[in-house]
Amino acid sequence: MDDSMKRELKIFATRARMGVLEGVYNAKAGHPGGSLSICDLLSVLYNRELRVDPKNPKAQNRDRLVLSKGHAAPAVYAALALKGFFPEEDIKTLRKSDSYLQGHPNMDKVPGIDMSTGSLGQGISAAVGMALGAKLDNADYRVYTILGDGELEEGQVWEAAMFAGNRQLDNLVAFIDNNNLQIDGTMEEVNAPYPIAEKFAAFNWNTIEIDGHDYDAIEAALAAAKACKGKPTAVVMKTVKGKGVSFMEDAVGWHGCAPNTEQYEQAMTELKAALTALEA
Amino acid sequence: MAETVKCATRDAYGKTLVELGEQNDKILVLDADLAAATKTGMFKKAFPERFIDVGIAEGNLMGVAAGLAATGHIVFASSFAMFAAGRAFEQVRNSIGYPHLNVKIGATHAGISVGEDGASHQCCEDIALMRTIPGMVILNPADDIEARACVLAAAAHDGPVYMRFGRLAVPRVFDESYQFEIGKGAVLTEGTDVTIIATGLMVNEALLAAESLKADGISARVVNMATIKPIDRDIIVDSAQKTGAIVTAEEHSVLGGLGGAVAEVVCETVPVPVLRVGVEDVFGKSGPALELLHIFGLDAAHIAEKAKQAVALKK
Repeated sequence: MDDSMKRELKIFATRARMGVLEGVYNAKAGHPGGSLSICDLLSVLYNRELRVDPKNPKAQNRDRLVLSKGHAAPAVYAALALKGFFPEEDIKTLRKSDSYLQGHPNMDKVPGIDMSTGSLGQGISAAVGMALGAKLDNADYRVYTILGDGELEEGQVWEAAMFAGNRQLDNLVAFIDNNNLQIDGTMEEVNAPYPIAEKFAAFNWNTIEIDGHDYDAIEAALAAAKACKGKPTAVVMKTVKGKGVSFMEDAVGWHGCAPNTEQYEQAMTELKAALTALEA
Repeated sequence: MAETVKCATRDAYGKTLVELGEQNDKILVLDADLAAATKTGMFKKAFPERFIDVGIAEGNLMGVAAGLAATGHIVFASSFAMFAAGRAFEQVRNSIGYPHLNVKIGATHAGISVGEDGASHQCCEDIALMRTIPGMVILNPADDIEARACVLAAAAHDGPVYMRFGRLAVPRVFDESYQFEIGKGAVLTEGTDVTIIATGLMVNEALLAAESLKADGISARVVNMATIKPIDRDIIVDSAQKTGAIVTAEEHSVLGGLGGAVAEVVCETVPVPVLRVGVEDVFGKSGPALELLHIFGLDAAHIAEKAKQAVALKK
């Protein structure tokens, strides 16, 4: 990937991070940490990978993205708005009682959302069903799902993983946002699911471990997933929770907490500076 | 009316799935390692490429069903009622009910009549659980004829449906001319003193109870309520107005099932006595199904007794 493409992806990711902040700040509630950690992945997915059309968001042969860690909805909403699925100014209505932008994704209300999620462990099963549906229909669309690392503590994830492995669903890619923090503390303090890649491998998945903020690595993982036949692919991404906002980075307290005005302004100042530098 | 033919509603479920499979190639059937018992095995034999066994994982069963429905398939997902409605309640609620996906849950082995397997498998809570999910349709057929009609109606309905079937072979109540519509109860026998509103295998018992009540000079109306949700408010109100007392009869807990649904409507419209026949607030136990039905008061004699009490409560 050349530098100008990387710069474009970084600009998109930075704008998405600003959307996360704007949404969560105006809602006075939400999950900034785990939203910020997946913005680089979303930038690659929406700009380089997913075959989706904002003018026809329900197209039968589109690629699907299931946000199994549904609490990172602000990041996906920001990416969808940047791609023109709905107006960017609507981001400010996140979580309001008269808004279609629900706290967790709703497939019936939000253009570009392929599955209603939020209850951890359930999105991956739906993604597996979609991938199986594509196989049964001889369709060539691909299905992507994003899980949290804490989410791996849900038993249903492994029910789905076992089934997808047995069914050889090579049109399915699961990203694990391994930022190592969950609500009650670090993974180790709560119930660490490590080693993650080995667990998926044991369920007959192709596994790839990358830096989740490295665009070359994300793109290479996507290519490797496409090249792998007969197995679904799990991409375990080392990420930084709160990425892009200095005081939110790697801080457990920013899992499900909105910034106050002062914090919001500081965060936006940092992100705007990053954007200005990228656009210079 | 009642013939000697006996058939389990789960058998009718399996047969009707095959019938549907012949008509529509968008029909998929999923099971969680119980295909022989739920009778989805009949579909598996006829259409192996459209039958998917997810193994013993009911949460994933419902999620995979949701994902398949989201890609445009009509999905029947089966397990025992205990696991379909019980274990997988939250997956049904969040992955199927909330996005209103086109999944039909075929739950067999509901109620006490599971028999020898005992309390761990005798689900008497499923109607109560499913009833609280917005938009969920709940169908509980009385015999094989009605079971077939329910499955066909569920397939034609756009949205989630919970169908409740039994393990036990039960007497046929209806004939081939039977017409079914989701959301409509039906008066099977007219009467003036009390209405027995029954569902599932208790419909036949209700008819027997009405017959026996004649000897006591009590004229009982019998209403078949195959759809528990959306409940037919009109037939309940009409029954309350015309007979002034109601007895409900179901092979389910007296809490939150048909009895609860009927009482809610009656209290809000025409308050008259409502007495409930069902499994009292207890767990089941092992034993032959027919014996258990009597032990737990799920028979014509108990319905008749409650009907007399209900008549006595009238002003």
